Amino acid sequence: MGLEAFIAERKQDKDLLVMAHVVCGYPSFEDNMQELEIMAEAGVDLVELQFPFSEPSADGPLFVRANEQSLKAGTTVDQCFEFMAKVSARFPFKVLMMGYYNTVFKMGEELFVQRLREAGGVGYILPDLPVEESANLHQLSADAGIEPIILMTPTSSDKRLAQLGAASRGMVYAVARKGVTGSKTNMGDDVIALIDRCRQHTNVPIGVGFGITSKADMDFLRGSADLAIVGTAALQTWEDSGAEGLKAFFADLLA
Amino acid sequence: MDIFDFSDGREGYYGEYGGVFLPEILHATIEELLECFRECKADPKFWQDYVSLLQNYSGRPTPVTYLENLSRELGGAQIYVKRDDLNHTGSHKVNNVMGQGLLTQRLGKKRVIAETGAGQHGFATATMAAKFGFDCKIYMGAVDVARQRPNVFWMENLGAEVIAVEDGQKTLKDAVNECMRDWVTNMADTHYILGTACGPHPFPEMVSWFQSIIGMEAREQIVAQTGRLPNRVYACVGGGSNAMGLFQGFFDEPNVELIGCEAGGEGVGSYMHSARLAYDDASVGVAQGYKTYFLQNDEGNMSETHSVAAGLDYIGVNPIFSYLHDQGKVRFEAATDAEVKETLKLTMRTEGLIPALESTHGFVVALKEAATMAKDEIVLVNMSGRGDKDIFTIADALDDAKWKSFICGKADQYRAEKK
Repeated sequence: MGLEAFIAERKQDKDLLVMAHVVCGYPSFEDNMQELEIMAEAGVDLVELQFPFSEPSADGPLFVRANEQSLKAGTTVDQCFEFMAKVSARFPFKVLMMGYYNTVFKMGEELFVQRLREAGGVGYILPDLPVEESANLHQLSADAGIEPIILMTPTSSDKRLAQLGAASRGMVYAVARKGVTGSKTNMGDDVIALIDRCRQHTNVPIGVGFGITSKADMDFLRGSADLAIVGTAALQTWEDSGAEGLKAFFADLLA
Repeated sequence: MDIFDFSDGREGYYGEYGGVFLPEILHATIEELLECFRECKADPKFWQDYVSLLQNYSGRPTPVTYLENLSRELGGAQIYVKRDDLNHTGSHKVNNVMGQGLLTQRLGKKRVIAETGAGQHGFATATMAAKFGFDCKIYMGAVDVARQRPNVFWMENLGAEVIAVEDGQKTLKDAVNECMRDWVTNMADTHYILGTACGPHPFPEMVSWFQSIIGMEAREQIVAQTGRLPNRVYACVGGGSNAMGLFQGFFDEPNVELIGCEAGGEGVGSYMHSARLAYDDASVGVAQGYKTYFLQNDEGNMSETHSVAAGLDYIGVNPIFSYLHDQGKVRFEAATDAEVKETLKLTMRTEGLIPALESTHGFVVALKEAATMAKDEIVLVNMSGRGDKDIFTIADALDDAKWKSFICGKADQYRAEKK
């Protein structure tokens, strides 16, 4: 089942889905697996597996350190794909690759799409790959039934949103604010206005990410967004208070 | 040859290199910058303002100096040097920075950020910001902050805030990443003064345009002094902005050979160097907003780089040079740390010139080759920066015992004052 159909199916039972995030190999693959068990248990719908990169320029301090530590511990692309295969076979949520374009470029776009599909991934998020550079990769993805997740942002003009909307497949990632991952976003009219603007240019489901940390944020997005995307807050919780903390975090978020 | 004429190809691409690989949130900012830059480039008044600013503030035109003693001693080609070390703040960096300062005014922005490695670009940016009245934040790897305190001292005293970047290798590339992170947050009022001809389009073209003043002057000066064009032209290549600047004066001359001199560090096979094009260790990749040759592993993660010259210690290279390298239009060589130290001593003793460690890489290759050339041939080398301001680094590189005991004495004095 493709990403869009999966989201539609899940949305029959709940009004706001959750996409979570782990950085592969940080703190370790064993920790990742434990985190994912907790996420699956709590009913998370989608998970981004971030393939670590040495220059994660769109990420904030926590993920920067996570990328760095994971690479220092020797994490390879092969290990990330093996882990993805294990995860997608084991859990009911769907899995996406998140990372930077150089990982794909060095491997070759064709091989990347093939390996992603073999590992059970349904899509990918590459924040440093603009649509102008995506034609070939998007074509390969379409042929393989893999969805490229397009990002829409508060600084995107209507003309740009139309261009992004035309390329959108599976879902759109609406970036709630300027900046990098990890700092708090004040959920307000701006975010709703952004979602409305995105909807004018795409028919695929819209996930909102950057700075989502609490049930209050979830409540705010309910009725506007299709998915809430939670990254840094979960990793921060895992670092501060381990498995019990993470259970409580997702229990509260999904209550 | 106009490598910046994109009408037959893709905007911002030099062969397969260049482009814009940035987060979507910066799309509008880059468009705005590109539009403003196109206006500036098309406006003769802008270039006039730029040239007169550099004349009145930075001492341009910088001279071309004939190295009579060294030419005689080596017994080969006649050696000439373009003196961009004589700029205010001590290097060619000020050309780009003043140009982008004027552009920042046109953009109507009030805040500038910049990355810096050795500190020269940060120093120049802090100077420009003080003159233009901009708020200024400089990102610098923590390792570089520790080894370049004099430049940090000047940046801070010029009113800039210097942030020590603790991520990654804590050097130049990490400072670039941190600038990107600042920019994606503050683009509304902030211009990113990128320091070299790297990064996303239009930076390689824009920085090359500002630096082209070096080549325009040098061409006229060498012809005026010698009656003809040089046979070979040399410049060090870190990101590649001073070399692009000088080489543009000679791009259309089929009989002038252009030689880019990279940091060979500990040499071929050491994996402790920053030679992207001269050695075979780099491969094409996409990082820091653009596509070019990077020193990286098979999975696309960046390798550790090394050079005695912090300003050349960088993973990537100007995408224009990747293209010109493929085309055989520019030849790339490398100078090792050891060669740089010897050549620096030689230029000091025979000519009274103190090139920056970065610029000395160009001298190493130029002197080596000049010695094998005929007496009636001419070589031109870019002295892109001066070395006397790098006294701590050079004293370290030369392992100067008297300097060390002076520093120990100074430290004792400060300790005593503290008590």
